[in-house]
Amino acid sequence: MLLPSPGRIAFGGLVTAAFALMLAPVAMVMVISTFAQEIVSFPPSGFTLDWYVNAWQRQEFARGFVSSLQIATLATLIGVPLGTAAAFALVRGRPRGGAAMQTLLLGPLAVPGVVAGTALYMFYLRAEFWLDRDITSTLEGLVAAHVLLTIPWTVRLVTASLQGLDRAAEEAAANLGARPFTVFRRVTLPAMRPGIIAACLFSFIQSFENLELSLLLVGPGRTTLPVAMLNYLEFRMDPTLAAVATVQIILVAVLMLITDRFVSIARTV
Amino acid sequence: MGSLVLEALTKRYGTSTAVERVDLEVPQGEMVALLGPSGCGKTTTLRMVAGFVPPSAGRVLIGGADVTRAPPHARNTGMVFQSYALFPHMTVADNVAFGLEMRRVNRADRERRVREALQLVRLDRLEDRLPRQLSGGQQQRVALARALVVNPAVFLLDEPLSNLDAKLRGEVRMEIRSLQQRLGLTTLIVTHDQEEALTMADRLVVMERGRVRQVGTAEELYERPADPFVAGFVGRCNLVEGELETPGGFRAASGALLPCLTAGAPAGRAILALRPEHVRIAPAADGPARLRAVTYLGAQTEYHVDLGGTPILAIRQTPGAEEPLRRLAIGDAVSVSWDASAARLLPVAQTDGQGA
Repeated sequence: MLLPSPGRIAFGGLVTAAFALMLAPVAMVMVISTFAQEIVSFPPSGFTLDWYVNAWQRQEFARGFVSSLQIATLATLIGVPLGTAAAFALVRGRPRGGAAMQTLLLGPLAVPGVVAGTALYMFYLRAEFWLDRDITSTLEGLVAAHVLLTIPWTVRLVTASLQGLDRAAEEAAANLGARPFTVFRRVTLPAMRPGIIAACLFSFIQSFENLELSLLLVGPGRTTLPVAMLNYLEFRMDPTLAAVATVQIILVAVLMLITDRFVSIARTV
Repeated sequence: MGSLVLEALTKRYGTSTAVERVDLEVPQGEMVALLGPSGCGKTTTLRMVAGFVPPSAGRVLIGGADVTRAPPHARNTGMVFQSYALFPHMTVADNVAFGLEMRRVNRADRERRVREALQLVRLDRLEDRLPRQLSGGQQQRVALARALVVNPAVFLLDEPLSNLDAKLRGEVRMEIRSLQQRLGLTTLIVTHDQEEALTMADRLVVMERGRVRQVGTAEELYERPADPFVAGFVGRCNLVEGELETPGGFRAASGALLPCLTAGAPAGRAILALRPEHVRIAPAADGPARLRAVTYLGAQTEYHVDLGGTPILAIRQTPGAEEPLRRLAIGDAVSVSWDASAARLLPVAQTDGQGA
């Protein structure tokens, strides 16, 4: 067997270091969630799963978790079809000013969440006045805000998958006798599928873990998990938060793994 | 199966004309090549036949029926695309079965016909592969099978060989031609490669800037080109601008007098077309002709000669090692000659300054 060259060893070392840097905090959170003492210190005095029990028993986390799941699911179900339609129109319709529209649709990625959240908050207050009904701290208000998070990802991913499709494949289908709708169903849609699935995944995660945008829009009785975690952190520092975070991390990891069975994430994103 | 007729087919984009009044008749079973440089309108013409481009004027008739306004899916043409355009998410068998599915052929017949079509292109063991798992040549054959399996009235090929390497191209050329003849397919092929057109098609249509320049068999186009463009595009050709003097011969713009048959030709400006293989070359003690360059191509050798200011290309069988021609050096005086009957006089092109 050939010995690896110094260059290859250095490259391998660099890659390992980069992964370690990225994964260390994640691993740390998971380990800390099992420390026995309330104030985190090394070495731990012992290990326990009590913090998980504590997290589950505290209403705000359980409610926040359910609420975040609801919001992320609804935002994904609304945002992905909207973003997909936009991507399709941009790629196929080639509208005048398409580049500007594309930039605009990716805008939510560029605007800091706190700024967007504040703007939405003010807008919601106005709207509440005009419509004479609650919007802040309602499920609808939060879902509408989170749809904003899902659109840039969807437009991005679906545009890429559409651009990867050879237009001639659609012409070939028509040439073989397929009517326009059949062409879309049998050729275009399958080409968009990996992009749409990846968009669902990323939209869900974006919404599920979002803190900044939700911060001002939540209210008593209607809060998201990240906001509940922040509130908890204001008063206590025990590993309960690490336990909640671990649950979050595992949920996202499982979603990634499931998605990767259907589409290769590394190739689609 | 059916014939294909194009009547004054025209396509304009705004003020520019992509295809100008193309008339063409392809009888049942004939293979016709649309040949021309890129941008000559050949692909647009093919796409009008397939229904992807709506004509601005004129008619397309397939099997006698006017399909000018019919959408692509209602035309019964079988097209092979330059990029093959296979459905990337379907297996080879599903790709080939697609057209049959659209025609609501029942499952048993479908499977049988897919099998037969794949046998026809010698791919019967790759049915379950995805397109990306195939080589370029195999993808191309899937595209052929997919277009052929539906028994199209007209078979359309858009630069089908341009993505294959040179060796494979020669094989596939013969394969497509023999399939086409065996199945008696009415075929329109678009190509910019004259060799491809000459070897595959029964007749060629030479196009330039949206217009048909000449229609004919390979021999007709090569031996009796109608204008300088055709002469220069089909095969290599010396094209010399000048004036016909009667009696005497052809006076090149540079002043040299070149032999040609003058009988029946009107005096005046003309272009002399001379195939390089008709030009003989010999060493000379002195004279107006000088050897400018020699390109050795194995069996043949190209001699670039300057004949008193007129460049003349001669292509001869490579002389034996002992022959005097072999000892010629650049700058040597040579004599060039040809039979007067080998030189053709062509009208000066009206639309362009197409030279050698």
